[in-house]
Amino acid sequence: MISVFIDLTYLVASVLFIFGIKGLTHPRTAVRGNLLGATGMLLAVVATLADREVFGSGVQGLGLIVAGVLLGSAIGGTLALKIQMTAMPQMVAVLNAFGGGASALIAGAVLADAADPSTQTAVATVVSGIIGSVTFWGSLVAFDKLQGLMLPDNPVHFPAQQVLNVLLALGAIGLGAWVVADPSQLTTYGWLVVVGSVLGILLTIPIGGADMPVAIALLNSYSGLAAASTGFVLNNNILIITGSLVGASGLILTQIMCKAMNRSLMNVLLGAIGPDSGPIQGADEVYAGRVKSTSPEEVAMLFDGAKRVVIVPGYGMAVAQAQHQVRDLANLLESNGTEVEFAIHPVAGRMPGHMNVLLAEANVDYDKLREMDDINPSFEQTDVTLIIGANDIVNPVARTDPSSPIAGMPILDVDKSRTVVVVKRSLSPGFAGIPNPLFAADNTVMLFADGKKAVLDLIAAIKAG
Amino acid sequence: MDTFLPLLTIFMLAVFVGVEVITKVPPLLHTPLMSGSNAISGITIIGALLSVAAEGTIPTMLGFVALVFASINVVGGFLVTHRMVAMFRKKE
Repeated sequence: MISVFIDLTYLVASVLFIFGIKGLTHPRTAVRGNLLGATGMLLAVVATLADREVFGSGVQGLGLIVAGVLLGSAIGGTLALKIQMTAMPQMVAVLNAFGGGASALIAGAVLADAADPSTQTAVATVVSGIIGSVTFWGSLVAFDKLQGLMLPDNPVHFPAQQVLNVLLALGAIGLGAWVVADPSQLTTYGWLVVVGSVLGILLTIPIGGADMPVAIALLNSYSGLAAASTGFVLNNNILIITGSLVGASGLILTQIMCKAMNRSLMNVLLGAIGPDSGPIQGADEVYAGRVKSTSPEEVAMLFDGAKRVVIVPGYGMAVAQAQHQVRDLANLLESNGTEVEFAIHPVAGRMPGHMNVLLAEANVDYDKLREMDDINPSFEQTDVTLIIGANDIVNPVARTDPSSPIAGMPILDVDKSRTVVVVKRSLSPGFAGIPNPLFAADNTVMLFADGKKAVLDLIAAIKAG
Repeated sequence: MDTFLPLLTIFMLAVFVGVEVITKVPPLLHTPLMSGSNAISGITIIGALLSVAAEGTIPTMLGFVALVFASINVVGGFLVTHRMVAMFRKKE
């Protein structure tokens, strides 16, 4: 009887999760959606505590449960409340890691506990172990790169990298077959996790900088698939339902990110683009004598006569933490009667939706955050486009040069606006490592400065003028 | 085998539901989608609870670490998602 009650509660929780994600389809319903999801989780946990095995596990078992939940909640709560919005990619990377890790650990625990596991349990355990350990270590590498700790942000390549990866993957599958054949040896599962861990690290180090949105989305998907696989280990519907929802979500985001760079997933995973893919070609040819440097006062004069201004934020805005100043500038322009909108490229920043979150934090009305396809036709009617810390996503070479590493990548058509103002510290190339002819275009002026300082200077110049 | 097919059926159908629902999430909310889906993938917490309660030292220990990980996911994920989605506003 009690197990029927538990299963029914799991069903209710699954439905709440689906409604929760559905809530995220609009900013107006998003808060309620997230609360629905949290309610579902609470129901599922309470129902599991009523399980005879859990409830009957004695003082020691229940003590461990309380201790584990409190410890995890304290760590998770602190992270969630302290994290800066600019560091959100790191936060998601950490959450992906713990999700994958939990699945691999639970699969191991079930294998250790089961006297004679069925083939289904053994196979699912192997899948959880491999995906879970790849996700855990891959996400930690991604975190390290985003945070700029030990590993370089750029792709890391070494000889025979792909051969080694294939060998490791085969090794993991071989160990997996061994676990299925003889599930009584927990040590074999341990080695499988070790091989999966090394594979997770090696698969992520060739992915660099601007390709991080793809890596994060893919690892998100893996953490869901690991949870679904753990559902097959435990014969548990809610883990399977939830895991496949998350797996689908990550895969869809991965696909959107790849499309926004006009690259295949394989190309991104191999780290086939980036600063070490060749020397920077022809920077002098593109820039020599054609780049016009400007001052905040001159830009203020441009703004003075402008009816419509579009602001294009990039990763540089996040690095400079300039979102609040950018908001002040937009408000000031609007108070002078100028129409201001923001153009958001899908891969701007280091994770899907990164720029939107930063500008929402700065209290920018979400109706002003326009998607690429939506805003591109309006650049021809735009007087001034202000680019802050973006490069490859506004490089017109993507449209014109089929041999370029970013050929065919959809870009923001900023070059079609009357005047383009680029705020950038130097002429250094973006992640793709190529010069940007936009900076040398007739209708472009460069404001060389740190993003935050430049915007503050602009505000001062407008107020003075 | 008698449990595998029903579970696989549920898995496939849930993938379709996921694709239907998630393709409707606008790019505006892609970051909260990732943290929010992370939070619900913390449903592994129920597997961790069962493992902690199991007999034997090794399952209990592995389950305990998994319980801490999954609790981080659940609490951290829902809280940080709430912080983000609460910021998306429209000016009156």
